[in-house]
Amino acid sequence: MALQQIRIGRALAYVAALAVSAFILAPIYLITISAFSTFDAIYEYPRQLVPRDVSTDTMSLFLHSDGIVDSLRRSAIVAAITIVVCLAIGTPAGYALARFSFRGADPFQLALVSTRAFPLIIIAVPLAVTYLRVGIDDTVYGVAMAHIAFTLPLTVLVTASVFAGISYELEEAAMTLGCNRFSAFRRVALPLALPGVAASAIFIFVTSWNEVFAAAILTFRNRTLPAQLLAALDASPLPHRLAGGFFLLAPALVVIFFIRKYLLTTWGRVAR
Amino acid sequence: MTSIAEETAPVTRRKRRWEVLPYWLILPTVVYLGLFFVWPMIQSFGLALRDETGGWSFSAFRTMVDDAAFGEAMSFTFLLILVIVPIQFVLAFGMALLLNAKLRGAGIFLYIFLLPLAISDLAAGIAWSAIFTERGYLNTILEGVGVIDQPHIFLDPTSRTQQVMAVATAEIWRSTTFMMVILFAGLQAIPRDYVEAAEVFGAGFLQRVRHVIMPMLKPSIQVAILLRLIFAFEVFAVVIALTGSGATVLAAEAYKWQATNQNEHVAAAYSVVILGLSLAAAAVVLVVLRTPRERRLR
Repeated sequence: MALQQIRIGRALAYVAALAVSAFILAPIYLITISAFSTFDAIYEYPRQLVPRDVSTDTMSLFLHSDGIVDSLRRSAIVAAITIVVCLAIGTPAGYALARFSFRGADPFQLALVSTRAFPLIIIAVPLAVTYLRVGIDDTVYGVAMAHIAFTLPLTVLVTASVFAGISYELEEAAMTLGCNRFSAFRRVALPLALPGVAASAIFIFVTSWNEVFAAAILTFRNRTLPAQLLAALDASPLPHRLAGGFFLLAPALVVIFFIRKYLLTTWGRVAR
Repeated sequence: MTSIAEETAPVTRRKRRWEVLPYWLILPTVVYLGLFFVWPMIQSFGLALRDETGGWSFSAFRTMVDDAAFGEAMSFTFLLILVIVPIQFVLAFGMALLLNAKLRGAGIFLYIFLLPLAISDLAAGIAWSAIFTERGYLNTILEGVGVIDQPHIFLDPTSRTQQVMAVATAEIWRSTTFMMVILFAGLQAIPRDYVEAAEVFGAGFLQRVRHVIMPMLKPSIQVAILLRLIFAFEVFAVVIALTGSGATVLAAEAYKWQATNQNEHVAAAYSVVILGLSLAAAAVVLVVLRTPRERRLR
C-alpha cells in the first residue's frame, strides 16, 4: 500500500480520536465550570463557555442545603460497607475458582455470569417489602446489602481472574518453606493480587456511588446522594442540580485513572 | 465456556488435595446470592401475582396494563433501544479500533474513552440537561456561531422526537464505552498474524474489518449487544432528568409505582415485565448472532 495512503489513514484516525474525546469531555467540562461559577453566571444567557469568574457560591449553596452533607456521608458509608463485605465474601470464592478444580466450579461460574442477565430492578422491589417487614427499611445497611448483591458476582469473577494470573508455584514454594496453606495465601498470593483486588474495590465503589434505582426505592428519609438528587430533581433550583451533578460525576475522573488498565484486561475478559 | 482458571493459567490447578476447602470458600457467596438475589427474584413473582388481600390474582398486571403510562413507557423504551443500540455499536466498534491502532497519546485517549464507564445515568441526564435546556450551552454555542439567532427549544415536553433525541444523545455519550471495553478485549484476542496475512494478500482496511476482524469478534459482539440490551431496560434516571415527567420508560414506572404510589404489586409486575424482556432480548441475540459450529474460527 502506498505510504501516502497510510499517512492519510493515520491522520483520519487522530481526527476521529480527538472528535470522540471532545464529545466525551465537553459535558464534563461544562458541568464542572457550572458547578464553580457564581449564581448570576448560572442564570445568565448566553452561558459563559470559558468561565470569567470562578466562585464557590454554587458549591457552598449545594453543600449547605438541607440533607446534602448527610446524603454524601450516607453514600460513602454504603460504598464502604459494600466494598468491605463484597471483598470479604467474594475474594475467597474468586480464589477457589482460580486454584481448585472442584465439582460444581463451572456451574457456579456460569451462575455468576448469568446474574448479569437479570435486571437489578427485579430484586429491589421485593427487598423493599422484606426490609419493611424486618425493620431495616430506610437504612444505609439495607441499601448496602442490595449493592453487595449487585456487585458480588462480578467481584468473584474479577478476583478469580486476578488470582489465576498469579503462579501457584510461588505459593507452593512458600509452603515447602514452612508456610501453611493460609499463611502462604496471606503472605504470597494476596500481596501479589493486591493491585487487582484494589482495582476491584474501586470499581465496587463507583458502582455503589452511582446506583440510583435501589437506593431510591429502599430509602425514604435517609437517602444516598443519587437518591436525594433524583427525588429533588423537579423541586431543586438549577445551581443545586448542577453542583449535585458535578458531585456525582467527579469520582469518575479519579477512579478511571487508577483502574484504566484493569478495565481493559480483566473486565473485558470476564465480560466475554 | 472455558473457566477463567483454564483460560489463563492451565498449570496452576491442583487436584484432589483440598477437596472440601473450595466449597467452604464459595459458601458465603452462594448463601449471600441465594438470600439477596435468587430469593428476592422469586418473591417478585409472588408480589406481582398477588393483590392487597394476599390472594392470587392478575390484578397487579391488569392495573399496570390499564394505566395509560404503560403503553407509553413500553413504546418509549423500545424506541430508545432502536435509536441508541445501532449508533452505539458502530461508535463503540470505531472507538475500539482507534484504541487498537496504537496512536501516539494512546494512554490519554484510553483514559478519556473510559471516563463515561464510571458516570451514572442520573449524572449524564443532569449534565446533558444543562446543555439542551433553552438557556443552555447548546443554544449559546449555536447562537455564537450564528446558526440560529434566538434560543431554540430542544426539550419541548410535547415532542416525542426531541425527547428521544435528547435521551439518546445522553445515553450514547454515557454507555458506548461499556460496549467498547468488551469489543476492545475481543480485538486484542485476535492474533496479529491473521490481520497481517490479510494485509499481505492486499486486503484494504475496510476489507480486513469486514472479513477478518468482524467474524473473529463475533462472540464479543454478541456479549456487547446482549448486555447493552439488558441494561437498556434498566435506564430511567436519565429520562427523568431530561424530560421531567414528559416521557417515561418501564423502569421509571416501576420506580413511580413503588416510591410514589406505594403499590409494590404493580411495581413488581413492572419488574417482572422488565425481566421477561431482558431474557427475551438475550434469547434473540443468542439466536440471531449464533455462529454455526462449522463456521467457527476458534
